[in-house]
Order: sequence, then C-alpha cells, then structure tokens
Amino acid sequence: MGQHDSLTVSLRVNGEPHDIALDDPRVTLLDLLRERLGLTGSKKGCDRGQCGACTVLVDGRRVNSCLSLAISLDGSEITTIEGLAQGDTLHPVQAAFIAHDGFQCGFCTPGQIMSAVGLIREGHAGDDPERVREAMSGNLCRCGAYIGITEAVLDAQARMASDRQGEAA
Amino acid sequence: MNRFDYVRAQTVAEAVSAASEPGAAYLAAGTNLLDLMKGGVTRPNRLVDVTHLPDLDRIERLPDGGFRVGALVRNSDLAYDPTFAKAYPSVAEALLSGASAQLRNAATVAGNLMQRTRCPYFYDPASACNKREPGAGCEARGGETRLHAILGWSEHCIATHPSDFCVSLVALDAEVEIAGHEGTRKVSLDAFHRLPGDAPQHESVLTPGELIVALHLPAASAAFADHSRYMKIRDRTSYAFAVVSAAASLRLDHGRIVEGRLALGGVALKPWRAREAEVVLAGAEISETLFRQAADAALVAAKPSGDNAFKIELARRLIVRTLARAAAGTPARMPALPASAFASEKDTLHA
Ligand SMILES: Cc1cc2nc3c(=O)[nH]c(=O)nc-3n(C[C@H](O)[C@H](O)[C@H](O)COP(=O)(O)OP(=O)(O)OC[C@H]3O[C@@H](n4cnc5c(N)ncnc54)[C@H](O)[C@@H]3O)c2cc1C
Ligand code: SF4
Ligand code: FES
Ligand code: FES
Repeated sequence: MGQHDSLTVSLRVNGEPHDIALDDPRVTLLDLLRERLGLTGSKKGCDRGQCGACTVLVDGRRVNSCLSLAISLDGSEITTIEGLAQGDTLHPVQAAFIAHDGFQCGFCTPGQIMSAVGLIREGHAGDDPERVREAMSGNLCRCGAYIGITEAVLDAQARMASDRQGEAA
Repeated sequence: MNRFDYVRAQTVAEAVSAASEPGAAYLAAGTNLLDLMKGGVTRPNRLVDVTHLPDLDRIERLPDGGFRVGALVRNSDLAYDPTFAKAYPSVAEALLSGASAQLRNAATVAGNLMQRTRCPYFYDPASACNKREPGAGCEARGGETRLHAILGWSEHCIATHPSDFCVSLVALDAEVEIAGHEGTRKVSLDAFHRLPGDAPQHESVLTPGELIVALHLPAASAAFADHSRYMKIRDRTSYAFAVVSAAASLRLDHGRIVEGRLALGGVALKPWRAREAEVVLAGAEISETLFRQAADAALVAAKPSGDNAFKIELARRLIVRTLARAAAGTPARMPALPASAFASEKDTLHA
C-alpha cells in the first residue's frame, strides 16, 4: 500500500509511454490528456458523465475520461482521437463521419468517433440501426447530426469487416 | 473537488484498514463518486482505490450452480457474460438499460449497489438535505418530486435509490458478500439498503471500512430464466434514470404460475421487493385480471411524497405490462432497446 506523497502515473497514450508526475491526485484522465499532454481532441462538455464528449479508449474500452481518476488508471493503455489516423490516412470511422455528414459544429465528434470505435470492437450492435442508436446513446450531439452518425457507424463497421475479410483472404 | 489522500490498496485487509478511518471512501471506477466530489456533495479526505485488488474481477460459477460475481466486475462485462445472462436474463436487461455504454464499461458491480440517490436537492449543496447533513431538513418536500418515493419514505427523506441492476437482483434473492475486520459476512440484498426512517444518512448496513467483495446469485433463481423481464419508464428512450421500473420473474407450469417474483425501482430508497404481489401470483392462472390484482397488492401501501401521485398509477400499469412480458417469455436475444416500453415487441397487453 502506498500513501503516495509524490504521485506518478504511467500510461501508454496512443502507443507512446508516459510517466507523468502529478502534484495532486485530483487530476482526471481528461484533464491530464488536455492540460498535461496537450491532447485537446478529447472535449470537456459537461465534465460529469452526461454527454460523452470526453470519450476515449482505456485498454480498448470506451469510457468517459472526465469521470476517471488518472492515478487510478496507472499501467493502462489509452487511445484518443489523435491516435486513430495512420499519418494522413484517416481511420475508417473518421472517413465515414466525413462521408456521411456525421457532424456540424464538430464539438461532440471526437467523442462520437471514439465511442463508435469502441462500439464496433464490442460487436453487439450488428447491422441494426436501432441497436447502434442505443449503443451510441452516451454521446449527445447538440447539432442533432444523429442520422449521419448512425449511418457513419454502420458504414464504417461494414467496411472494417470487409477489410478484415480481404486481409484474411 | 476537495483535496484528498490517495491510497492504492493491494489486499482486501489493507483496504479495510485504510478505509476504517473517518472521512475515508472507497474508489471504484469513480463514475458516481467523482461526480459527487466535483459538485462538493461529498468531501472524503482519503480515497482508497480498490480497482487494483486482485481476484475481485471474476464471474464464477459455483459447484451448486449459483454465481459469485466479484465486486470489481464491470457492469457491461456481467451483462454480456453469456452464461450469466442466460441464467439471469432480467439482470442483464436491467444492467443494459442503465446509464450509457461508456459508463457501463467502467462502472463496477459494487459501485452500482452503492451509488447514491439522484435527488436534485441532495446534489445541490445549497439546499437543505438530511442525507448530506443530518438534521438540516429536506428541501425535496414540496419541491420537484418526479424522481421521489411513493413507498417506504419518511418525512425525513423521500429520495429513491437509482439503480436498475439492484431491482432485478433483489427479485432473485441476490446476496452481498462483505469483508470487514472480523472476516466476511453475507447479507441479502433486500436487507442491504436501509429505508430512511429518521436517519437517512445511513444508507446501507455497511459499517466503516466494510468492503463489498462479491455478489451471490442462488442457483434456484435460475429456474426463472425462461420468464424474466425488466422494464423501465424514463423521460427519454435511453441514458436516463428510471421514473418507475419493474422486474418480474415467473416460474410456469402449463399456464399456471408456480412462483412469481416482483420488484420495483424508482419508488423507494431501496430496490423494492413486492412480496404482497408474489403471494397473489403464487399458484394462480395467468390472466390480465391476475396481473392487475398483483399490481394493486404491490401498491397497497403506496402514497405520494409530493407532487408525484402519478407514479402510483404509472407503477400499476408498468407492473401489469412487465408481468405480461415475463409471461410471454424471455426473448432469445436481448431486445434492441433493453427494458424499453417503446420497443416494438409483441406485448400481450398494453396496460
Ligand atoms: C450520467 C449518468 C447516468 C447514469 N444512469 C444510470 C442509470 O440509468 N441506471 C443506473 O443504475 N445507474 C446509472 N448511473 C450510475 C452508475 O451506475 C454508477 O455511477 C456506477 O454504477 C457506480 O460504479 P463505480 O464503480 O463507478 O462506483 P464509484 O463511483 O467508484 O463508487 C460509488 C460508491 O460506491 C462505493 N464503493 C465502491 N466500491 C465499493 C466496494 N467494493 N465496497 C463498498 N463500497 C464501495 C464508493 O465509496 C462510492 O460511495 C449513471 C451515472 C451517470 C454518471
Ligand atoms: S429527499 Fe432525502 S436526499 Fe433529497 S433533499 Fe430530502 S433528505 Fe436529502
Ligand atoms: S465531458 Fe465527460 S461525459 Fe461530458
Ligand atoms: S456536431 Fe455539434 S454537437 Fe455534435
């Protein structure tokens, strides 16, 4: 057990290892990403788990980074919106959001995209738009781009499945 | 958020001893605790992080056929565990009707049981609240009471327990395994949460330092698996707390109910087991009239705690509909909208 006087948290963020010294244990994962690592793609909408704008992957699972205490996640692997594209090649979910007009102002979009990546990995929704909408309900969009978002998720999921099949063949 | 000491427990014994100090609180995923701390609703001076404890993240099938679910199992992992969900489908449905996919990926079993009320006056440090500050009064009385109790409340507190998970669990005789200074004990979930009485600050039977280590579901409760449903009325289709919810589980023999279980959510400061209704159901022939009688029995003692008498009628209709869905049978696949009244299911009754 450690009553930590100097707190250090070790995280892999988008593949890069980081040992981050914290002067205070109150730092959330969202604040750590935005303010200590300069990764401002993850957005702070409500800061209370109610909007999904801060969604990132922790060990491959989508969570709300605003309600995660950074120090508690010591040893985890974090993926943010900045970690999706391969150089200039967009991730299929990013490309699908553009192709289907899955946003207007774009504020909710990083959270939407990370949530969609998590949803596709979870693999419970299949090609049913109702299941996709339900599984995306943790991401609010004040611009109301929901129709495009649902189409983008379904399209990206289908593309990723056929790419995988292509690779296997 | 106030400053606090952060302690990462490596063993259950360390956790219990570190959390026994006044002002200490356990930290699991933090999806409820951090929210409350950000609002200044709770101000623990020490957080004892239990998420690194070994072995508490397992779903085990016991030799007698029952399940032991570790306190750190994430809500989504339990809901999507195929053997667990097959044995206790109404528990999986309740879990998937709660919060959002992101929150369920983080939230733990123990954190769900221990989540605090969503009473808006509890959440607002500027309002008087007996739960936050014993003796201060209750500003919810005469206030906005849509999410407040119709059963088991007292003049000291009219709040409700917000969990969906607990409602299905209490109907199926779940038990809570608790570690303390003197080893472990088991308490039925029905006896775990306390009604407000004159001390609404005491929310459960846990004593300082006691840690939930697991949840137990008896093998016998899997006998309801073919006829178990959860339904939840909320102010939007998804990602909202229950205004009223119901869990129903039936054991049938040729159209006759051998045994029925019923519990309600959003109506009291604990998941509400409706035993009076179960007496009505036992041995009876399935019919709409029977379900209405069961609903009446469940709500005999109901009374509004404010401007919320509508919840009594809402609960009555929801009970009838949930029993009808349970009688029709557990669907082979989880519905697209778990627990939703808006789902296009072949309901036998639109009460
Ligand atoms: C926007 C939003 C919507 C939500 N909607 C729903 C909903 O519709 N239905 C629903 O049921 N829930 C809902 N929730 C609540 C959610 O289910 C809880 O926040 C979650 O289950 C808490 O789990 P946790 O692991 O994050 O607990 P934490 O926040 O870490 O802890 C919660 C409490 O449990 C205590 N605790 C944790 N572990 C233990 C242990 N092992 N032993 C003893 N005490 C312990 C902590 O000290 C704390 O008091 C919602 C939450 C949010 C933020
Ligand atoms: S109902 Fe209970 S929780 Fe809400 S203000 Fe009154 S005492 Fe506090
Ligand atoms: S900022 Fe995290 S959910 Fe809104
Ligand atoms: S695109 Fe503006 S909030 Fe979603």
